[in-house]
Amino acid sequence: MSLRPLTRALPLTPALVLLLLFLAGPIAYCAWIAFTDLQLTGQAESSFVGFENFRTAFRDEEFLNAVWLTLVFTVLSSLIGQNTLGLALASLMRRASKPVRTLTGGIVITAWVLPEVVAGFLLYAFFRREGTLNAILDLLRLPSQNWLFTLPILAVSFANVWRGTAFSMLVYSAALNEIPKEITEAAEVDGAGGLRRLWHITLPMIRRSIGTNLMLNTLQTLSVFGLIWVMTRGGPGDRSQTLPLFMYEQAFQNSMIGYGTAVALLLLLVGSLFSVVYMRLLRTEV
Amino acid sequence: MSDRRRNRRLAADAGLLVLASTFLLPLAWVVLSALDPHADLRVKVPDGLTTAHFEAILTEDITFTPLLNSLLLCGGGTALTVVCAALAAYPLSRFRSRLNRPFLLTILFATSLPITAIMVPVYALFVQVDLIDTLQGTILFFAASQLPFAIWLMKNFMDGVPRELEEAAWTDGANSLQSLTRIVLPLMGPGVAVVTVFAFVMMWGNFFVPFMLLLTPDQMPASVSINEFFGNRGMVAYGQLAAFSIVYSTPVILLYVLVARRLGGGFALGGAVKG
Repeated sequence: MSLRPLTRALPLTPALVLLLLFLAGPIAYCAWIAFTDLQLTGQAESSFVGFENFRTAFRDEEFLNAVWLTLVFTVLSSLIGQNTLGLALASLMRRASKPVRTLTGGIVITAWVLPEVVAGFLLYAFFRREGTLNAILDLLRLPSQNWLFTLPILAVSFANVWRGTAFSMLVYSAALNEIPKEITEAAEVDGAGGLRRLWHITLPMIRRSIGTNLMLNTLQTLSVFGLIWVMTRGGPGDRSQTLPLFMYEQAFQNSMIGYGTAVALLLLLVGSLFSVVYMRLLRTEV
Repeated sequence: MSDRRRNRRLAADAGLLVLASTFLLPLAWVVLSALDPHADLRVKVPDGLTTAHFEAILTEDITFTPLLNSLLLCGGGTALTVVCAALAAYPLSRFRSRLNRPFLLTILFATSLPITAIMVPVYALFVQVDLIDTLQGTILFFAASQLPFAIWLMKNFMDGVPRELEEAAWTDGANSLQSLTRIVLPLMGPGVAVVTVFAFVMMWGNFFVPFMLLLTPDQMPASVSINEFFGNRGMVAYGQLAAFSIVYSTPVILLYVLVARRLGGGFALGGAVKG
């Protein structure tokens, strides 16, 4: 009889083995090599260097630059861009006619479903000097410029908004549908204008969705690599080099696996922090 | 309908159409350029239509081998993910145990970890255990990276299948595996389909994992081989790049359309954003 719980748990084994070997394993390994001077070439043995990699990082201007750019990228594209635009799309859709709603939803979701690299190329074409954006600006007789060179972080942030907004739109559409019609109608009868209704009724009622959406967007944005890689390779110079690209460059172009992993560990820690907050917000009944 | 409501509807329609056209421009570029004999980087009405770009890319080297690689990689990874997730979800959904809650919380925690961050250590690990540049190694990692979310979704779907239906089978002497494969999984067919498609779409579009773990050009999936259009010196054939992008993206768009309705529009929402 005492074996029963074990036999019952048996089907968990394949998943557990995979998760331990290929997910928990690398994370543990990450936590180890972040404290060594492991290199890709040259020295055969690596040695334990304690917090040296982290000290190096916080003195390294390139690292601080990557932290700053990651912050800018996350705030611009996820907190402001995807989140606000997603809410705007969702609330406009509630009032719009059905064909317009379906059309807009289809277009925004297509941008989301496209593979990361394809999205990167499309936005690369859009922002290039000879690209669509400048063609439109020329048409409007506005000054054009080489966006990927002058404002690379803005261009990749816009790309991330283009690609990621559908998720927020879907989250907010679902959340707005949950608000009882009577409440908004009552407020309308009482003469509350659009903005006041948004601030005093809609936003408080969907605050949990806002929380979870912000968390998931942020986590998603923290790990964007392919999109930026395709559009700018982190350049020009390091002007769009966010932490994942910095990590990659240190580990492979500069062959400093230990240092690159220390950066990865920091990224993982920030991610875990957000993940814990997300679970708190969700307060799910498991 | 009152005038006021009609005006509001018109305003909403206009606003949405403006936003939609901003989203549409890059998409329009890829479709128009793929058919335009003189494609460049701008969205413009083609001065004639051609299928030359598609003909040029539909070769073994450019399209078929990378797509086949993608299919092997993502098909293998998806199959492994779905089988492991279905097996793992069963005890979590059916039996009470003190360990369920901590396990599920860990899984939920893992679903939101930035996998990008661990690619450097995974690379270092794969070099040590000789899994680098192998299809099976990449498949195993793909499966592991999708498993947390797949288990989470699968468990939620499985909870929707009433227990009573299984009890009859148990009295007839069926074991857990039999009741899982003969009763529970068939009853949650749409849920299994959602998990399968989700895992497949995520892997199909993933660039960083194969980019790091595979080295031999013949093994590259489409997500990485698409870089070839840029890597070679000289002019980029934008028409061909656009045509390839369309061929490569079509399967996931079709799959998305197939399951989109199952979870009320966004399948990523199931389980993840119940708030």
